[in-house]
This record gives sequence, structure tokens and C-alpha cells, in this order.
Amino acid sequence: MNITRRQMLILLPAAAVAWDAVIAGTPEASPNYRLSEHWWGMLVDISKCIGCGNCVRACATENNVPDGYFRTWVERYYVPDNDPANPVVDSPDGGKNGFPPILEKGGKTFFVPKMCNHCADSPCTQVCPVGATFITPDGVVLVDKKYCVGCRYCIQACPYGCRFLNPKTQTAEKCTLCYHRITKGLTTACCEACPTGARQLADLKNPNDPIHEFLRTHSVQVLKPHMATRAKLYYNDLDGSVR
Amino acid sequence: MSRFKDAGHLLRVALIFAAGIIVFVLVRTVLVPRSFGEYGHYRGNAIAEIAAQPTAFAGHQACETCHSDVVDVKNKGKHAGVNCEACHGALATHADDPSALPAKLDTAVLCVRCHEVNGARPKGFPQIVAKEHNSAELPCETCHQPHSPLIVPGAKP
Amino acid sequence: MPVQGYMYPNEVELAWGILIVVYPYITGLVAGAFILASLERVFRVEAVKPTYRLALLTALAFLLVAPLPLQLHLGHPERSFEMYLTPHRTSAMAMFGFVYLWYLMAVLVLEIWLEFRRDIVLRSQRTKGLQRFIYRVLTLGSTNISENALHIDERAGYVITVVGIPSAILLHGYVGFIFGSVKANPWWSSPMMPVVFLFSAMVSGISAVLLLYMFSSWYRKKAIDMRCVDTVARYLFYTFIIDFSLEMLDLVHRIYEADESFRSLDFMVHTRLYLSQVVIQIFIGTLAPIGLLAMVQLFKLNEKVRKRIYAVAGGLTLIGILAMRWNVVIGGQLFSKSFLGYTTYKIGFVAKEGLLTAIFLTLLPLAILWVLVKLLPPWPDHETPSQSGIAPVHGDD
Repeated sequence: MNITRRQMLILLPAAAVAWDAVIAGTPEASPNYRLSEHWWGMLVDISKCIGCGNCVRACATENNVPDGYFRTWVERYYVPDNDPANPVVDSPDGGKNGFPPILEKGGKTFFVPKMCNHCADSPCTQVCPVGATFITPDGVVLVDKKYCVGCRYCIQACPYGCRFLNPKTQTAEKCTLCYHRITKGLTTACCEACPTGARQLADLKNPNDPIHEFLRTHSVQVLKPHMATRAKLYYNDLDGSVR
Repeated sequence: MSRFKDAGHLLRVALIFAAGIIVFVLVRTVLVPRSFGEYGHYRGNAIAEIAAQPTAFAGHQACETCHSDVVDVKNKGKHAGVNCEACHGALATHADDPSALPAKLDTAVLCVRCHEVNGARPKGFPQIVAKEHNSAELPCETCHQPHSPLIVPGAKP
Repeated sequence: MPVQGYMYPNEVELAWGILIVVYPYITGLVAGAFILASLERVFRVEAVKPTYRLALLTALAFLLVAPLPLQLHLGHPERSFEMYLTPHRTSAMAMFGFVYLWYLMAVLVLEIWLEFRRDIVLRSQRTKGLQRFIYRVLTLGSTNISENALHIDERAGYVITVVGIPSAILLHGYVGFIFGSVKANPWWSSPMMPVVFLFSAMVSGISAVLLLYMFSSWYRKKAIDMRCVDTVARYLFYTFIIDFSLEMLDLVHRIYEADESFRSLDFMVHTRLYLSQVVIQIFIGTLAPIGLLAMVQLFKLNEKVRKRIYAVAGGLTLIGILAMRWNVVIGGQLFSKSFLGYTTYKIGFVAKEGLLTAIFLTLLPLAILWVLVKLLPPWPDHETPSQSGIAPVHGDD
């Protein structure tokens, strides 16, 4: 194994930072993290998703998601040639263990990963009666499980179906954009586990983030734009039939 | 008609209401969490509490500090963009304590999860029909090196 | 098979169950009973006076039970006071907590107290033991029932009722708004939802008071004041026409515009919701009672027939409005927001949010009403059967 001195000069400090973060056990957000410097979102590239379900499993592992409930899931669409407005959709166990082979012939098929859209104008935070769910100054919609009363109003108000009531904590729960990871310079568990780069964390306030170039050069959509939620989950190559 | 002479009972009601409101305000000052309203209509401390959740995935930078040899092999192959834990699973405990070795992987399950043919996968993504490609049901790593899996024709294993 | 077609994975299990059906039903009865009471007090419809006190007590009995289904439904009922400590002003649910409190304390309890004050004071002087203690507490220490004081009470009660009518409208209109403002759900989202809820509340409340009045007269072996029930039934009929028109307007509008949700909702109404929506709510619960009440308006029917019709119409109405709440709450969760699938509502029997609990909570107000009626009789004292400890007072009611 041959490491050049130049490589060492780059590797060592990076390693030290990463090592510290890992070794520290459960550190708080890294001390240099400023809420006002970030505005988080995510990019999902439909043309790259292979429906392996790594993201669903990784999220469940990272966040102790109970069986049968999903902070993220993958849908498979089959859009028939003769009826493009009425796709056939399936998501066996949320796509956790991949998908069985497709039986229909013809048409168009693809995978669509779904998760919380971390809406800038979220209808879910609007309806919370006590202030248990909110959007952070850095753009992540979170649930304070010590304050949530479990009324489930937010679950009703989400147009995307991304919330559920955790049966153990009896509080509302959903994707947190792995807030505990992104505030330490790591990426989300789902992005870490995705083998094709179909999922990419995006910091819209960081001028060097590749999201900006991507948004300029690609046709990008959000789900249910007519709901005016200002969703920050951007899809590349999203077909019109996707619900 | 004297209005207020016989309205004593209404005054008592008003006093009870006023007392109720005062009690409510006092109770509220005690019970509302201190950090509530710090950033918005929520408990400000919740942000730090949520950020303090322990991680299960170490992140590929952590792996690369020790396993840079594997990284070199991987970066030259088709799996360059596949992070370590995408196949090896969550390894923060191993990164914390390297003597805690991760479980051995079963390629029979692992590889086909991505590479078994499925019509919904993007065109151009390498897919095989396992029963035809591997009718002898050998472990995939018999022919393919997982960190750099593409077999170049004529190259030695 | 529980799921037909495709549901988002987290949608398969319903978040709001039968207790959330019971809750708007109960608050609806409150609003309806109160508005009937206000007919006499504010609009001087003197004919319905025999039901006035009973309507107030009915409203109170149901209002006291209303928070119970909510508490049983919450994941953390011990934290529910947070809605009063840090209410989120953009949340209809939070604001409703204050509307409820206002309505209970500043309207209903106050009005009942003012209405019954004279009887409370008299009973505090004439009973013994525990009853005496209870009445003395209720007097709040004031025993002034001079003519002037009672006149002040009457004026104050009038003002409270005037304030109470928009409060009652707000009480149940808000519940409608809690559903009607959810843009994510096309079955709920509508500006008409608060209005539909309010008019169906009035219909159910008037029916409840009508039935309770007829039942209590029969129980006390007293003649039913036919002029009273005829008037109540007439108002029930008019309110029902308005309610039905509103529901039909919503339906016709949906069918005509046929937006993206229409096919999915239409399928749901024809299959999973057919029994509760078409059969029970529309035919048995709305058209049948309207038809029966219309017959009374159109034909001259004798007293016995009219009483039977009112009893049947009232009962069917109560069933129909309960079905309406079911169809809104449960129906709104049976279809997927992807408009590609349907799920089923699995209800337990003996469970925290089970059928037995729901039945119990719907009947509990009647038990409370029984206690209230014993404590604060809605009828003139000389009509009250004499009980130990209470000497009959020759009232001038």
C-alpha cells in the first residue's frame, strides 16, 4: 500500500475530524454548526433509482423505525401505454427488501422514493395544536416527541402520507432528514446507503452545493405542486403520473 | 331601577372568573418550558435533543481512514460510487471499536438485490437473471471481486 | 383483504377512529340544543318554552362529556393541557380549546346558573345534609332573590344568550373547520364544511331535545304540550331542509366539477361507504325523517299520530347525523391520497378506542343529564314528584 505524503496531508486532518466525531459517542451538533447557514433539502434522481430498498432499510436501522411504519419508502410505478393517467403502483413492505419481478408487459416502469418533503410552507406544522412539530431555522421539519400529545392532526394534514404515529412512543413521527447526522457533517442514512447516488442531500444555502448547478440544468419537479407546500424534496425525471 | 344594588351575585361570578384567569396565567408561567419560543412556536431545546441522537451508520469517511486500500481498489471499479455501508450495513459500532467485527455478508442475497433483472430498473443498469447467469449457484465472489466487480475479458481473477 | 389498490404505506392504518366520530356528534348535540333554547329566550318563540330548561341541561350534560373521547384518543392525554399553555394560533384544534372553555364557562354554565338561581337559593334553604351543602355552594354565597335581583338575572341571561348564539355557532363551526381546512384531504376540504356541520348539529340537537322532552313527559306521566312539540318539529323540519340542501349542493358540485379526487371518492361511496352514506345517512337518516315531518306540515294529523311521527323522525335523525359524522371522519380516511386505493377501518370492541367505549361515551351524557335533572329540575316544582328532603314548593313558574 503506497500513500504519498500529499495524500497523507489531506487524509490525516480529515480522518482526525471524522474519528473524533465517531469516537465521541453521542456528540451534539458540531460546535461550528450554525443554524442560519443552512437550508436543507434533498434531490432524488428517478433515472438512477434501482429499487434496491437500501434506503428504507438504512433509515429503519439508523432511526429505530418500527416494523410496518415508514419514514421513507419506495414505490414502483407501472404506467400503461394506453392509460398514462392511471398507473399501477406497488410498494411491498415499503420496498424494504426490494421488489418482485414485474409481470406486466409494455408500458413504462420506474421507482419513486418517497419521504418527508420538508416543506417550507408545511401544512403539518400549521395544524399542530401545541407547537410540537415545527420547521427549524435550517429548514428541517421535526417533531418534539417530548411535547407531542399524539392528536394525529399533523398526520391528517400531510398531503404526502409521510407521517405516522409511533406505537411505542405514542407520538407523531416522520423523516427527520437525519438531523442528528447532517448537523455533524455526515449525510443522511438513506443517502449513505444508496448505491447509485439516486438520493443526494442538498444544502440550498451553500453556494458550493451541486444542487444549484443541477437545478439550473435539469427539469426538476416537486410532488403535488398545486398544494403550494413549497416542498424541498426535488425530483429529477419525475413522470406526470406520479401521485 | 337601581342597577347595581342587587347585582352582588354577579360580582361574585366576575371575581371567580378573574381569579381563574389569574391562576391560569400563574400556572402558565411555571409550566411552559423555558426554551419555548426561542426560535419559533416550539421548544428550542428540542433541536439540540434531536441532534444528539446516536448514529448507527458511521459514514464512508470513517471507513476510509483505516481501509484506504479497499478504497483504492473500489475507486478504480464500477462500484466507486457505492458507499461501504451500502453493502456492509451500519458500522458505527465497528468504527468506534474496531475489534467489534461486522457480520459476514451473504452475496447470494446481497448482489441480486440490486442486480437481479427487474423491468423497473433504469435501462443501462447492469442486470442479470441469476438462474441463467449463475446456474451452478456459486457465490458471486467466485468470479466477481465485490469491491471492483467488473470482469474485464482476459484479465486474471 | 384490508387494502385494495395502492395506499401510501403509512395510510393503511386509520389515524382517527370512532372516538373522533363520537366527539363531533356530541358537540353537535350541544350546539343544537342550545340554539333551540335560544329560540325562546332571544327570538321569543314562546311555544317552545317547556323545552327551554331541559335544552340547557341537555347541552351541559353533553358538553361535559365532549372532552372524554378526545382524551382517550390522545397518545399523551397527560400533556393535553399544553393546548392551553402554548396554543398554536394557526391550529384550529388549539383555538377550539378556548372556544370550548368560553362556551362552557361564560355561556352555558353562567346561563344555567342565572336561570336556576332562584331554585338553587330556595333549595339551599329547604334541604338537609349533602343536598343542602351542594346547593349552598351553588349559590356562591348570595341568597338575594329579590324581584330586582331576579330581573337583573333575566336581563343578564338574555345578554348571555345573545352572545351564546354566535358562541354555539363558533363551537360547532370550529369543529367543521378542523376538517374543512385540511387541504390534503379532498373529502374534507371545503368552505362548506363548517356550515354543513352546524346545520346537521342543529338538526341533531333539536331532535335530541324533542325526544328527551317527550320521554320525560311520558316518564312523569304528564301531558305533552302539543303546541310546543309541534313548533319544535316545525323548526326541525325547516332546519332539515336547509341541512339537506347544503349536503346536496356539496354532492352536486363534486359530481359536476369532477376534480382529480372524484373517481376515487365516487368509487368509495358506491362500495365501502355505501351502507353508511347512502342507506343510513341519506335514506334512513335524512329523507325518511324529512318525509315524515313534511307529512305533518301538509296534512292534518291527529295528536297520537303526530307524536308517533315525531318520535320516529327524531330517532331516525339522531341515527342519520351519527352516520354523517362517521362518513366524514372514517370516510375521509378510507381512500388513499394517491387516489389509487382504499383501506378498511379495523375497530376493536373492548379497547381504549373500541366500539364499547364509543357506546358508553354516547350514553354517559344521559346519565349525567339524569343527575342534573334531579339537581336542577327543568319543570315547575309543583310538577316534581316529591322526594325525601325536598318539600314541594308551589312555584309560580
